[in-house]
Parts: sequence; structure tokens; C-alpha cells
Amino acid sequence: MFVPESPALLRIVGNRLLLSVPLLLIVSTLTFLLEALIPGDLARTIVGPQGTQAQYLQLKHSLGLDQPLITRYQQWLENVSHGDFGASLFNHEPVTMLLNGRLSVTLSLVIGSTLLAAVVGVLLGIAGALRADIAGTAVDALSMVGLAIPNFFLGLLLIALFAVAIPLFPATGYVPFDESPLDWARSLVLPVVALATPGIAVVAKQTRDSMRAVLERPFIRTLRAAGLPRRSIIFKHALRSAAAPVVTVLGLIFIASLGGTVVVESVFAMPGLGGLAVQATTQHDLPLIQGVAVYFTALVVVVNLLIDLAYGWLDPRVRVE
Amino acid sequence: MSVLADQIAIGPASRSHQSVRLLIRNPVAIAAITFLGIVTLVCIGAPVTAPFDPLHQDLERVLSGPTAHNLLGTDTLGRDVLSRLIYGGRRSLLSVLEGVAVVTALGVPLGLAAGYAGGWVDRVLSKFAETLMAVPALIIVLVVLAVLPQNEDAAMISFGLLGIPAILRVVRSATLRVREDLYVAAARVSGLNHVQIVERHIFPRVWGPVIVQASLFAAYALLFETGIAYLGLTADPSTPTWGGMVAEASTVIQRQAWLLVPSGTLIALTILAFGLLGDAIRDAVVIGEGGLARRAPRSVVTKRDHDGDIAEPLNGRSGLVLRVRDVSVSTASSAGETPIVDRVGFDVYAGETLGIIGESGCGKSVTALAVLRLLPQGLRVTEGHVYWQGDDLLRMTERSFDELRGSSLAYVSQEPQSSLDPAFTVGSQLVELIRHHQRVSLRKARSSAIALLRQVELLNADQVARTYAHELSGGMAQRVAIAFALAGRPKLLIADEPTTALDVTVQAEILGLLRRLQRETGMALILITHNWGVIADICDRAVVMYAGQIVEKSGIQEMFHKPLHPYTLGLLKSHPSLAEPRSRLSSIPGNVPSPGSWPPACRFSPRCRFVTDACVKAPIPLIDVGPGHASRCIRVDQIFAKASA
Amino acid sequence: MSPETPVLSVEHLSVRYRRGRRISNALDDVTFEVQPGETVGLVGESGSGKSTAAKAILGLAPVYAGFIYFFGTDITHLPFKERRETYRQMQIVFQDPYNSLNPTRTIGDTLSEPMEAFGERDHTATRNRVYEMLERVHLPTSAANRYPWQFSGGQRQRIAIARALMLAPRLVILDEAVSSLDLSVQAQVLNLLQELQEASALSYVFISHDLGVVRHMCDRVVVLYRGRVMESGPALTVSGRGSAHPYTYTLNEAVPVPNPDAQQARRAAAGSVTPLPSDTMKIRDEQCVFAPRCPWNQPRCWSERPLLRPAYPDGVVACHRYPEWQSEIARSGPLDAHVLPATERR
Repeated sequence: MFVPESPALLRIVGNRLLLSVPLLLIVSTLTFLLEALIPGDLARTIVGPQGTQAQYLQLKHSLGLDQPLITRYQQWLENVSHGDFGASLFNHEPVTMLLNGRLSVTLSLVIGSTLLAAVVGVLLGIAGALRADIAGTAVDALSMVGLAIPNFFLGLLLIALFAVAIPLFPATGYVPFDESPLDWARSLVLPVVALATPGIAVVAKQTRDSMRAVLERPFIRTLRAAGLPRRSIIFKHALRSAAAPVVTVLGLIFIASLGGTVVVESVFAMPGLGGLAVQATTQHDLPLIQGVAVYFTALVVVVNLLIDLAYGWLDPRVRVE
Repeated sequence: MSVLADQIAIGPASRSHQSVRLLIRNPVAIAAITFLGIVTLVCIGAPVTAPFDPLHQDLERVLSGPTAHNLLGTDTLGRDVLSRLIYGGRRSLLSVLEGVAVVTALGVPLGLAAGYAGGWVDRVLSKFAETLMAVPALIIVLVVLAVLPQNEDAAMISFGLLGIPAILRVVRSATLRVREDLYVAAARVSGLNHVQIVERHIFPRVWGPVIVQASLFAAYALLFETGIAYLGLTADPSTPTWGGMVAEASTVIQRQAWLLVPSGTLIALTILAFGLLGDAIRDAVVIGEGGLARRAPRSVVTKRDHDGDIAEPLNGRSGLVLRVRDVSVSTASSAGETPIVDRVGFDVYAGETLGIIGESGCGKSVTALAVLRLLPQGLRVTEGHVYWQGDDLLRMTERSFDELRGSSLAYVSQEPQSSLDPAFTVGSQLVELIRHHQRVSLRKARSSAIALLRQVELLNADQVARTYAHELSGGMAQRVAIAFALAGRPKLLIADEPTTALDVTVQAEILGLLRRLQRETGMALILITHNWGVIADICDRAVVMYAGQIVEKSGIQEMFHKPLHPYTLGLLKSHPSLAEPRSRLSSIPGNVPSPGSWPPACRFSPRCRFVTDACVKAPIPLIDVGPGHASRCIRVDQIFAKASA
Repeated sequence: MSPETPVLSVEHLSVRYRRGRRISNALDDVTFEVQPGETVGLVGESGSGKSTAAKAILGLAPVYAGFIYFFGTDITHLPFKERRETYRQMQIVFQDPYNSLNPTRTIGDTLSEPMEAFGERDHTATRNRVYEMLERVHLPTSAANRYPWQFSGGQRQRIAIARALMLAPRLVILDEAVSSLDLSVQAQVLNLLQELQEASALSYVFISHDLGVVRHMCDRVVVLYRGRVMESGPALTVSGRGSAHPYTYTLNEAVPVPNPDAQQARRAAAGSVTPLPSDTMKIRDEQCVFAPRCPWNQPRCWSERPLLRPAYPDGVVACHRYPEWQSEIARSGPLDAHVLPATERR
């Protein structure tokens, strides 16, 4: 049907990629600078109060911390541009190797939880918008509770109920997809639910608010007066206009889930990037944490790009610019 | 302006007393505030309120459940759970305070600056906020904790800094909205400088959303703080923290599941309290701005009427298309019912144009929406009949009426661009409508759509079909809206102020278009307006409404040459086009009474210069005063015997 | 004319806005003046620039070219400190009564604001002035303690007028001040404005799209279209049969009058009304801005911008084809000319 050409979509992609390069640079630099600028001596921290001065100086030299900041930064930038994030201070393995091994776990969790939040949240939200009374208050109540329960607490409750009391799912651990798809799915259920619950709440609320707002707009009344059936008005026209804020929220849910994996992977003992980050923090393993930060940011960039594209498709006004 | 904004005189923005009062009446808010108050006081007064030393180990009472000795039980080292919760709360609440303080102290001024200053300041700050939002907060805080181990203050301050973009955006958009208000410009012209303007005019409207955001941020801060405490990153295991206590409980789930409950529940409840408080404040601020009741039943005809479905016989006059009798509409809210439209009735015949004219608040738009069964939430038809070919439209099922929508009755509203779906091209919407009304192929529908667009005088119909609503000018959009209305080939078109939002030259064209379409299709037209010139131009008969009632009905010539109601007469005489230039206009004293404060007998009597005692004694009926001419005035003979229009 | 200094003199005023890469001339070489005690109307449809003119005069919009003289002093690019002084003498009433009063402040506070801003410390004096102004706009003094939401639109406009008069200005700009009011309320406010003008020798700049109201209120009228002056002259001439510019004529004919016979006569003469082509075409500097919609346009109108020249006593017009176009109406009937010759479109 009457659809105009849209070369502007390419422009959107280009724009976002252009913005992303400085973003990645900023985040990487930020993590580097934080270490350098925060009062506190990393070498001293690692060596500990019991360490000797000789050990301290040796560590400082091996970490390159005795060189001026600019030199270290330049060296580090050069390494990073070749994809070399250095080696873990703890076990001396290359950071990138450590991270790549765990990427699939975290991705499974985060993508799974975002999808779950999207599907369940949108359905609940639509129901809440259409039936103002019962379903509406139910959505409200569930949203509030879903947002208030901390993910670690929820995870533990889920384990207590569905892994210990009723052994439906494994309490901990992760099974790679190629080993056994079924077990892979089973190992993901509880952590994904724990991760997704606040997301479901937010998406449901946003969907409901958006739908309600759209249903009050004049064009809905025009379409109704012109005789379009209710189903078409709600699911084609209203949903389309209500979608944009929901898409934004989904992007935010993704980003929040990335942060959430830090805790959830610990609760369920999953070998992902989040668990690695915690480990690295307690061990003051700076190269490793910097690597995780850059990986996470890269994922955020990809998600933002997808959101921009979705926006362009949803809202014709954006395309014209 | 919305239909309801005209009817009900409610202020457009909140006053702080009003918001606070609304808040106090909200039980959820009270509960949340009380809970938070108690928790805060108990935790602050830990040395006094905690029954035990949180570090004291009682190895004889390890992992006991709740007992008289330890109200909430003991942990793996026999330490009292309640005391540890109280001391742990101090740390958590302090952290929340740190986070909220940082985020508001920095986010609010930056947001105000971005919203008020605009220009490059806004661009820079917005880019900064956008970039910062893409940074995963938790990771940055982990980096901080890697370098400053167990430094919770540093972690919370970093968290606060990373939360600035969210508050910045909220404050910025609130500021932008207020800055558009004309009274800000007026303040400038009164001589105030920027600082004074921000302080007096911007900030009072903005602090409401700020408090909401602060409350919600407190919820997130607590969620975050307990998370990193759970991971053991902020304190050694003996120091009591809420998150740490959950971690400890997780190691003994099988031995003593109870241990999980006090800490986890307390965390969840506190977060919940912050969240509920934020929502309650938001509702209080918003309701103060709107004033409409939230929960109102859908518009439905009450069963009060006993006449049932007796169709009035169509006597004599052929071509009767619509017969409205005694239709009344009221608001339906928890505050009670207020009538907006009071027993309105008129007839419409094929091929003619009936004008409904009145000032704001008279109920003309609401009447139209009632006939179309499009009343918004909060309004309800309480009595009356609308006869269409023998059926009463108000008593049909939803489904039967839906079949008439667009194909018998059509509607065009005031704001052309916002009455078109912005997400689809004009052409695709038109095709969808056509295919709904006639079962035709896609190709046929497309060509019909183009034909329709040409019929409404859009010359580049192909091009227009591919445009979106926001790309059209007002006149073009209104033509498209008329095309939409014609897609089902209706027999009656109701146009509610179709030209009010358009330029004068465009208005003339649209009126001409409507006249032409009527001639071509033979459809009837109800035109609602406040503009007497439009009535004179296009209408055959007219109905004047005042305070929810019809006060005069007549053919168009008589309406202008021989009006027979003091209100109509007064309005016409106050029209500048009919007066001597530079003279004083004859004006009707006083104001239109709003719904809910209508005078009991003649509603116009307080303003009428011909008022007598009889006018204020009893309700005035609509009286026939000539062929096709009715007036709701009992003094017609005395007033108008000599007076000429 | 009188040798008195005009209260306001706008000369070749231009205001430009940039949106992205596009530059639009909100006002393009606009000239008019306001004598003491006079009411000058600025008339135009959307996009005419009339509201921009108000903002520029008040210093709320940056001026690209031209001058604004207030009692002979050049105020065009005054910095805020000095501009502030002029606000004692020059004030404004806006269109939207629901938006022009701060809802969180009482009427009394809002009215006192101009006086406090200019250093008045004596609360009693301020309060008395507030009461005085409320009375002059026929509102009860108890209004000072109430909030805007307790008043109707017409009453709020009167409060806005009272605010404008607090400092006893000599010039008040009325930016569509009665456009959003109902007919009966409009009449009250117009009467009030006339009353106030007579009492204090005020001058008004009356901005409106409503020709009927402008004709009633104004001594002289300036007709704007897309930022340029089309015609300027005595109100009765401009809004009557003697108007000199095709656009003014189009406007006059388009406004429906509350007289069914007159409207019927117009319709009969018009025949079928072909829509004027969309006015969003790009306009070059060296053409007449109305050419794309003008029924009498000729090649010269597309290549040469018409300058303002004398048309009738005390009137100027910017049209190449004046007065010939008027005889073309007489020749072919009053409104046949509305039907655009298809060949004349670019």
C-alpha cells in the first residue's frame, strides 16, 4: 500500500555508528582513567599491608604503574585498538580469551530476559489498558511487586521453590547449547525469570500507559467514527502509535539486564561475564574489569542501534529528518 | 481545547496545597510514608532500639527461628537478626541518601539549565546525558570498587553521578513545558531577569516531578546497594548489611530457610515503599493539574427512560434523516453527576444543512458526540432518543451501531492534523476504510481512494496519498479528513467546528467544498460552530444552544432577520461586523453559567434585560412562535413586537 | 500628517529564523508607524509574521535588519538592561488566557509583579494600584486573593489587560487578545479596550486574523502575508471594497459575514471555488510573495518584487497590477476571478 521510499534509514544507521565510536572510546578511557585518578594505589592494594616494599615495587613495575600516565594511556590505547586488552592479573590469561568464553552465557541470559519481558509485559499491558478495572489494578499491583523484589532475593526464592522444594530446574550451573538444547533451556529458566521480572513490570506499565494515552487521541475517535472495527483500531493503529516508548523501555531493560547479570550469575553460579566481573572486582583484576566494561558497552551500542532503527520504522516523522 | 475543558471550569495546574492535600488523602501514600518513617527512626536510633549488639555471637543459639529471645531469629553465628537488620539499615539508608543527594544536587540545576537556556547549552547537556545513559552503571561502580575496595560511599556517589541523566531529562522536559507558557514571556516583559523568572515561575512547577524522581531513584539506589552488599563487595562478612544478610542466608537455605525471610522481605518492602510513594506523589501532582475523576463508567444509556423503543412515526415530512429527542448528557464521576446537555431535540432532513451554534460550554460538541456514541470517558447519556430510520441509535447494541458508523453517519472534527493516524500514510488509511465499507479488491480500493481525494479537491491525489498527516497543511488535512468521512458514503455528516482551526481563506474553500459535496451526494450536514458568518454562509436551518439547552430554532433567514430570543438577539448585536466601526458594541453583561451552576428557571435570566418575575419562577419550555420557529422565551410577544434585528 | 513623534515606528524590519538548513523570513521589510492615541491593526493569516512583529517590537525576537523606534529612540538592539526601561511604557496582552497567568500565584501577586520588578517597595502603594486596576477592568477587588483557575477566559483576559496597564504604559500590543474568546465576551473586552484607550490616550497595536474585529477597532490597518506588507491604510478602506491589494480582496471576500443574503450573493457570483494552490511553495526574494495564489498575476510579478507605493489617500500597496486588477473584476464579474487560470501557475 502507499508506502514512501525511505533512504533515511541508512542515515540513521550511519549516525548511530558514528556516535558509537566516541562512546566506546569514552567508556574505555573512563575505565582507564578511573583507575589512574581515583585516590588509591592499586599496587599497594594488591600487595596488601603484609607485602614488602620490594614486592610492591616489583608489582608496580610489572604493571607499568611507575611510568607517566600519558605513556601508559598511549600504550594501552594502542593495545586496545588491536583488540588486546591485556592479561588478567590473577591468572595471566589474555582478557579477550576469558571474555569470549563467557559471552554466550551472558547473551543467553540477557536476550532471554529481554524477550520474556517484551512478550509477557506487552500482553499484560494491553490487557491492562483494555480492561480498566480488574486487569488494570492487577497489572498495577504486579508491577509494583515485580519492581520491588531485588533480583538476588527473587532468584533465591525461585531456587528454594522450584529447584529445592520441587526439583523442576537445576539450582545452579549452565549447560552449553551444543551439549544439550533441552538442558540448556532448563538451566536458563530460573535465572531468566529472576532477571526478567522487573523488566516485565516496567514494560507492562509502560505499554498500558502508552496505550491508554494513545486511545485518548483524536485520531482514534476519527477512525472509530469512520467505522473501523475495534480490533483493527486497537491492534493496528493504537499499538503502532503506542509502540515507540515501549521500544525505548525495552532498550533500557536490556541495559539494566546487563547490570543484573552481575548479581544473577552469582546467585545461580553461572559462568558468564557478570560473575567474572564480580570475581575481578574482589581480586582487583583491573584489565579484566576494563574488558568487561568495554564488552558491555559494545552490547549497549548494538541495542541502541536496533532501537533507532525500530523508531525510524515506527514513527514516520523521524525518517524525514 | 478538549471538549471537557470547555465545560468544566477547573484550573489547569496544581497548587502546592492542593497536591499535598490529595497526597494526604491517599491511603497508599500514608502507608508508605509511615513505613519509611518507622524504618528510618528505628534505624537511626539503633543504639537504643536494637536489643542486642549486632556483632555479639551466641553460639548456643545458632540458626534459631523466631523465639521470644530473638524476635527474628539468629544467624549462622548466633547473632540476633533483628539487631543486625537495624544496624544494617543505617548503612543502607545512608547510602540511599548519598545517592539521592548527588543525583538531585547535580541533576536538577543541569536540567533547569538545559531546559531554560536552550540552544547550545541544551544540546551539549543532552548529548552528555545521552552518552552517560549508555554507560552500564554497575560496571563502572565495580571498577571503582576494584580500586577502592569496600568503599560503599564511593560506590554510592558514583552511582549517583551515573544516575544524573535520568533526572536531568525529567527536569529538562518539565522546564521546557513551563517555559512555553505565556506567563513566562509576560514576566520578562514585566521586567524580571532570568534568575528571578526561574525562581518564581519555572521552579514551582518543576519541583513536583523532581520529588517523584527522587523517590523513585531512592528505590533504585536501595536495590543497587543491597545488590552490591549481597555480592560482598562493600563490607566484610561480620559487618551487618541487608544484602550481606541475604547472602549469608543463601548458604543455609536447606538448614534454616527462615533466615532468608526477614532480610529479603524488609528490603523488598522498603523498596516498595519508596516506589509507591513516588507514584502517589506523581498522581497527586497530575490530578491537581487535570481535575477529572479517574474511574468513570463507560458512556452508556441508563435505564431511566420508560418509553422503550417506540419509534416516532415519520409524519408527513419526507426525507427525515435524523430525529433527536430529549437527549441529555451528564458527567459521571465520584463527585456526582452534573448535567452538560439538557433535553436537546431537533430534526435533520436529507440534503439540508443544520447549524448548531453557541458559545463555549453550551454543550453543542457534546450533543454531537452523544449522537455518534463517541462520548469520552466521564460523560454519559442519561435520557433521550436518537431516531435513525425508525431505530433508536442510543438503544442499539454496540455491534449494530458499529455498522452504521461511517456508512450512515460520519464525523469530521476540529483539529485536522491530529485526527489522522500519524503512523500511516493518508492513502493507506483511506484504503483500509474503503475496504471495510465495501468488499472490494485492493486495486479497486486504491483507485477509489484516489478518486475520493480528487473529489475533495486535492489536486495531486497520488502524491497526497503517499504523505503522512504531519506533512500536510491544515487545509489539506481537513480535506483528507472529509475524504475519510465520505469513504462509507454516509447519509449524514456531522462536522464539529471544521473550519475553526483553519485560516480564513482556507475556511472559505472548505465551506465551498462541503456545499458542493452535499449537492453531489445529497447527504445531510450538521455543522457545529460558534461563528455566525459560517452559519449564514452554509446553513438552511439553525439551532442556538445556551447552557445545555436549545433556546431557539429557526430557518436561516429568520434567524438573522427576526431572531426571537434575547440571547440570539444579544449575540447578533454584539457582532463587530454588524456594528458601527469604532463605536461601543452592544454587549450581553455577565458570563455564561457553567454546568452545575445553571440558574433554576430561565438560564439566561440573570443576563437578560427583559427579565420579569415570571422568568425566574419555573423552567421555560421551548415554544412554537411561528412556522418552523421555536424559542425558549415566554416574553417573545412583548419583546419582539416592535424590535427589529 | 501631524508632526508629533509617532509612539512606535517600525522601518524595514526583517526577522529571520533558521531551522536546520532552511532560512525563513518571518518578517521581510515591514514598515508602519503608530501615532499617539491611535490603534493600528496588523492583519494576516498563519505564517504572516504578525506575532513575530510583536515579539520583535518587545525585544523577544532577534532583529535581522531594520529599525524599531519608540518615541524616536532606537530600541532595535537594546540589551536587556536598557530594554527593561521601555517596558514601563510598552506592554503586551497575549492570546491565550489559560496560559498567560501563572497558575501557582494569586492574581494580586501576578499584578504586583511589574511594580515590584521596577523597584516599588511600598506595599500599600502597590496594593492600591492593584485594586485600582482591577476596578478599571470591572473586576471585584476580592479577585486579588484568588487564583486564575477560578476565573473564566474573558475574566482572565481582563486580568491580563490590568497587568499590562499596571505601569501606565503608552503603548499596548494586543496579540490576538480576543481571538480565543466567545462572541459575547469578546464584545465586553473590546468595549473595555476602547474605554481604557479613551481614558488614558493609549496607543494599541492590534494583531488579529479577524477582519471584522480589526475593522471595528482600528484606525489604520497593515495587511501582512508571509512576512511582507501587502497593503497599509485606513481601516475602512482596507477592509472594504476599496482595498488595493488582491490578497486583501481575497481576505475580505473569504470572511463570511453574518448575513445570509450577502453570503448567498457571494456564492452565486463565485460559481465553483477552485482551491488556491498551497502556499508552502518556496518564494524567491525577487518576486511578489502572493504571485502563486494571485488570480491576476503576470510575468512581471514573478521576477520583480513590488515595493510599497501610494495607492489611495493615506494608503500604500505593494502590487504591480494595481489598479488594473480591480477593473478586471468589474469586467468579468465580482468573483469569477477566484477561479485560477490554470496556465498562470508556475
